[in-house]
Amino acid sequence: MNLTLKIWRQNNAKEQGKMVDYKINNISPDMSFLEMLDVLNNELIEKGDDPVAFDHDCREGICGMCSLFINGEAHGPDRGITTCQLHMRKFKDGDTIYIEPFRAKAFPVIKDLVVDRTAFDKIQHAGGFISVNTSGNTQDANAIPIPKHDADRAFDAATCIGCGACVATCKNSSAMLFVSAKVSQFALLPQGKVEAADRVLNMVNEMDALGFGNCTNTGACEVECPKGISLENIARMNREYLKASLK
Amino acid sequence: MAKSALLKSSLAKKYWMALTGLFLCLFLVGHLAGNLQLIFGDASAFNEYALFMTTNPAVKVLSYVTYISILFHAIDGILLTIQNKKARPVGYAKNNAAANSSFSSRNMAVLGTLLLVFIVTHMANFWAKMHFSEMPLQTVEVNIKDQEAPVVVYKTVQGQPIDPRAVEMGQLELKGTQFFQAGTDLKVADGYKDLHKITVAFFQNEKTGLIATIAYVIAMIVLGFHLSHGFGSAFQSLGVNNPRYKGVLNGVSFLIAYVVPALFAIIPLYIHFIK
Repeated sequence: MNLTLKIWRQNNAKEQGKMVDYKINNISPDMSFLEMLDVLNNELIEKGDDPVAFDHDCREGICGMCSLFINGEAHGPDRGITTCQLHMRKFKDGDTIYIEPFRAKAFPVIKDLVVDRTAFDKIQHAGGFISVNTSGNTQDANAIPIPKHDADRAFDAATCIGCGACVATCKNSSAMLFVSAKVSQFALLPQGKVEAADRVLNMVNEMDALGFGNCTNTGACEVECPKGISLENIARMNREYLKASLK
Repeated sequence: MAKSALLKSSLAKKYWMALTGLFLCLFLVGHLAGNLQLIFGDASAFNEYALFMTTNPAVKVLSYVTYISILFHAIDGILLTIQNKKARPVGYAKNNAAANSSFSSRNMAVLGTLLLVFIVTHMANFWAKMHFSEMPLQTVEVNIKDQEAPVVVYKTVQGQPIDPRAVEMGQLELKGTQFFQAGTDLKVADGYKDLHKITVAFFQNEKTGLIATIAYVIAMIVLGFHLSHGFGSAFQSLGVNNPRYKGVLNGVSFLIAYVVPALFAIIPLYIHFIK
């Protein structure tokens, strides 16, 4: 495959960036998108140019490290996958592919396609945990009965890998799908119920303070989420928050 | 924190947007029921409805809630739009938003602004006239015994019709919509403001009737787009999203978003082209 790539290049957080065109040839349709970028970077390094910086880690769709806004969609045109799981066979020979960083005020660009997503960590620190006794007297897990239905929904929410695709794709750069997944995963389980009210208030407060936008229920996040996190989680967070703020 | 949580937070804006929006949907259904009198009722039915809407105390309270809802919904929308624009200072070179969201959901602010323009002109055309300006009173034709031609008389709230000649000859005095015994403050009867006549004339006007009709229909199409996202979205914002009642909600959403605006749009079309 021969392709034209339009890639966002930006030296650092302070400098202005711009889209730069690259031609790349002899790409195998079986390559992953990140492997294609590896090939491009090899060529750039051989020419003595600065390689394109992009985030990646496990390359198995689990870690949530890879990002990229490809042809106008977070993690590219396929559904239920991260960029590392996107294959070049999804594109046609001769295609022009736009590759941009995730865009949000709360996700500033560090270099090229790498953005700073520590805002998500800050939201987690605000309440995305349970306070448990780790002294060795931990209760047997099976002693706390949990309905299967709740356990399943909590697990579905917990599959969020915090990649930030929801923020990137949302027209308002809202982080509600992420925050609602974290709120839901605990609110549905007895261990999380104890701190549920403080958790939702603190996490939403932190989310607002970090400059994420407001949710207008376009549903784009749910469509683009690599883990299929449902909008039902946002509805649950809305209920939890309403309950907590009336307390 | 709890206090500001229900006023300032991102979620609070959603709650208020949803509550005011849903109230306005209820208002629309009530408004439609009255407007349909223009097709299915006669002038009396419509004018009685108009009088009821402007004088009934319960309706008055509701109408103030409606004005506040419109203002709040609009201001909240403007605040949300400004904040949301700030949340992404640098946009995408290419954004394929159509792949993951509906046209309506992405353009609520534009659709809402168009609706606000419509609401203002609509209120200037009908609401302001009904509330603040002198209007012709409704007359009806009655047949009187031994007289061949029917006589045109004022219809009154009290039921007893009033012969316009009594006013012309100075026996009765007409102040606004109220008839008095001449020279006294003894009220005899109340007439009906003829909003029906004004409305029909507005859409049948030789010069502007067609434009008004088309503009009204376009506004209802915009309303349909706005509600096709807004109605369902309000429930999501209030935390109601469950597969168990999704079917019912989608059904009601279809009625509110498509059937209600369509029925509204049929009325001026009927007045302009058929009546």
